[in-house]
Amino acid sequence: MDWKPLAIVIAIALISLALIGSPATWLTLTIAGLAMGMILFLAASGLTLVFGLMDVLNFGHGIFIAIGAFVASTLLGYLYAAGAGGGFWSDAVILLVAAIASMVVAGIAGWCFERLIVKTVYGDHLKQILVTTGGLIIGIELNKVIWGSAQRSLNLPESWRGSLSIAGVSAEKYRLAAIVLGAIVFGAMAWTFSRTKIGLLIRAGVQDREMVESFGYRISTLFVIVFVAGSALAGFGGLMWGLFQQNITAEMGAQLNILIFIVIIIGGLGSVPGALTGAVLIGLSTNYVGFLFPIASQFANIGVMVLILIWRPQGLFPVASSRGQG
Amino acid sequence: MFSRILSCDPPRSTLLAVILALIFVGLLTAPYVFPTLQALSVAVKIMVFIVLVASFDILLGYTGIISFAHTMYFGIGAYGIAIASSWMGPTWTALLVGLAIALLVSCLIAGIIAIFSLRIRAVFFSMITLAVAAAFQTLAAQLSDFTGGEDGITFRLPQQLSAAFKYFDYPFSGSAAGFNGQLACYYLLFATCTLCFLTILRIVNSPFGRVLQAIRENEFRAEAIGYRVLLYRAVAALLSAVFATVAGAMLAIWLRYNGPETTLSFEIMIDVVLITMIGGVGTIYGSVIGSVVFLVAQNYLRDLLLSAEQFSASVPLLGRLLSPDRWLLWLGVLFVLSVYFFSSGIVGHLRERTRNQERSHK
Amino acid sequence: MTGELLRLDNVHTDIGSYRILHGVDLTVPRSGLTMLLGRNGAGKTTTLRTIMGLWRASTGSIGFNGKNIAGLSTPHIARQGIAYVPETMGIFSDLSVAQNMVIAARSARGVEDIDAARLRKIFRFFPAIEKFWSYPAGKLSGGQKQMLAIARAMVEPRDLLLIDEPTKGLAPSILENLVEAFEDLKGSGTTILMVEQNVQLAERLGDTVAVMDNGRIVHEGSMKAFAGDDSLKRSLLGLSL
Repeated sequence: MDWKPLAIVIAIALISLALIGSPATWLTLTIAGLAMGMILFLAASGLTLVFGLMDVLNFGHGIFIAIGAFVASTLLGYLYAAGAGGGFWSDAVILLVAAIASMVVAGIAGWCFERLIVKTVYGDHLKQILVTTGGLIIGIELNKVIWGSAQRSLNLPESWRGSLSIAGVSAEKYRLAAIVLGAIVFGAMAWTFSRTKIGLLIRAGVQDREMVESFGYRISTLFVIVFVAGSALAGFGGLMWGLFQQNITAEMGAQLNILIFIVIIIGGLGSVPGALTGAVLIGLSTNYVGFLFPIASQFANIGVMVLILIWRPQGLFPVASSRGQG
Repeated sequence: MFSRILSCDPPRSTLLAVILALIFVGLLTAPYVFPTLQALSVAVKIMVFIVLVASFDILLGYTGIISFAHTMYFGIGAYGIAIASSWMGPTWTALLVGLAIALLVSCLIAGIIAIFSLRIRAVFFSMITLAVAAAFQTLAAQLSDFTGGEDGITFRLPQQLSAAFKYFDYPFSGSAAGFNGQLACYYLLFATCTLCFLTILRIVNSPFGRVLQAIRENEFRAEAIGYRVLLYRAVAALLSAVFATVAGAMLAIWLRYNGPETTLSFEIMIDVVLITMIGGVGTIYGSVIGSVVFLVAQNYLRDLLLSAEQFSASVPLLGRLLSPDRWLLWLGVLFVLSVYFFSSGIVGHLRERTRNQERSHK
Repeated sequence: MTGELLRLDNVHTDIGSYRILHGVDLTVPRSGLTMLLGRNGAGKTTTLRTIMGLWRASTGSIGFNGKNIAGLSTPHIARQGIAYVPETMGIFSDLSVAQNMVIAARSARGVEDIDAARLRKIFRFFPAIEKFWSYPAGKLSGGQKQMLAIARAMVEPRDLLLIDEPTKGLAPSILENLVEAFEDLKGSGTTILMVEQNVQLAERLGDTVAVMDNGRIVHEGSMKAFAGDDSLKRSLLGLSL
């Protein structure tokens, strides 16, 4: 296992501890950073696989994030109004239902997007960028048509708010849950990629698409599956992000797009562990820098990306691809 | 002689040449033929976008790179003029200093980005420029002491360019104000636009430009022949940034104002890409045709949408789809359609028609 | 008809604006090993890739078991019973040797599903496969990777194997393992079309021979006749023997 990137993350955390001084503050920021990182990972993992497997640059990925958040917010609105929930676990069920709904709708949207827009521009990066950017704009505007252009609030149920006290440090319940959830999803993905045939096929396809086809597998079907799954995950990420921020806007997808691009560039296109590492790095640095040097927070993420690229121009975990692009 | 001025890159289509000539004359005489302020503003916007889009075409059409940071240079040019004028007062020196500093900053940033992109994968480039542009816009809005923040900077122009300053009383029409500073400003911008356009045309038709085209056709082969592709791309990026900066300065001078939304917004970036595609990628003339078509349509289409919305107010969803607030939606649809169907743009189609006519006459 | 498994008729292939195959007529008889020889750049790899559908034939037909497969997608062609071992081997270096084999065994959902008898045979020919079963395939040596590439083509029954220069740069001992495996494949009725540069090996293994030059087949016939005809070999391959 390539330990250097992990060492960098730990190093950044420790340096920040030294700079921040107070362990309690540092812990709060670290938990916030990890939670943000996990949510970013959810949204980013689909995109990095889509690129790694089919060499498709999808600038419209943010749409699925927004769809997930908005569908969930509408559904939660109904459920709360209907008087559902109340306790921690019944609220958990409600959130689960909302999560499933956002994943299903986002997945369907992903399927439509792939069939209508992406499929027609395979192989041409420039056209992909143009078309998917156009798709993003259309998606944002349709979002406004359906849900209006005003900001909406997406609130956690009462029982999920507040903090837990661990060893004298208070940590927000939701953030801890986000970290746990992110770890579970990553674990599930790791299991899929090493223990199931379809996971193996995806990994092999990222490396050498032609060879996988030569063994008789229809890569195009595989791709649609990955695209839809990635969109669904993005939808889930949107729900989590909305709950994190307590509100959602139609532009949130476009804004997150940029963060996600930075994450997958840092991680290396096509690498899921890379996406996780990149997401955690961005989450941590956003929170640390936001506390230490608020003025620089704007460029902190770009700064991290630039530094990583200077060290490893292909990203932290470049996927050994036979396509030989530069 | 005409051929020399146009750098031996003629329109190659009679219809196109006629249209271009009409546009030229139209812009030249706009203050007299279309004397309303709205029309004049549209004319200036067209001229600004001609320069801005042509500079973008250097990158997209001749190098094949899409950079979302183009509006950044646009904004730098505008802010350069605005900040200099508000700090140094409304003098010609301020304008020159502002422009000079803006050009310097743009070149510096373009240079840094170019050097950086030597190291990274080509596919990262567009994504990174997107991130940089977004960060820059937020930065501009945050540095309020410097840039006036969200509200922007309003400033005054040198006396000779202000509406109150009268040169002489004899225009060609009954314009009551005569030839005043505002018209002088207009013609200053007109001269700048024409000069920039012709310079860009010269650049893409120079030996340098030919290498760019070779790179666009077949990068591998160009590199194999011995051209340092990355170096050429870097220079092209620099030139592109320079002209975008000038366009920004032009806009600021006319509006006497600049803010984050005026020059740095993503919508403007989309407009630029769309105009390039409508006009014709890699044609430079496309920036002229595309800008005119797009900006005229944009101006009068909003009114159309407004009346359409009132018409369909009874059908709820339709009403919301046709609302002028949803102009971006239709822009997006147009954008996607033009990628599929409009790959050669208006200029491309006109040239194709001429070629076909010539062929059938032989 | 029963004698031939694969038949290319007037196949032309273009790559970009370059025409590589200028009308290839090739017949591959059933159940034998046909060697495809020729100078570098003659179009041998392009022929294999065209059969596999990785490059599209612009004209001509490719008959496999009587069915025209020209224009079908690569997965479809593979499912007709054709396996392809490219010159670059196409090893999935990120995955383990076992996982590589699982992918090659189309019907297997996991390692347990792989035909045990076939696996035993593969282990016998290529001991390294068994030894490095759980290792990342990228860590194998060049020769071991080549063995893995052949093993992948053997893990399930196929009618036709397309193999591109398998012996390039291999140590003699590994070469022997490969030759044994090829003999066994021939014996089991599998047809092999192999591109080779090593003429001695070609003469040893091949039943039929086809020679390519400038995108065309310039000689087809039995290997025995070819091997015995020095002047023919010299004129076709430019060899001084």
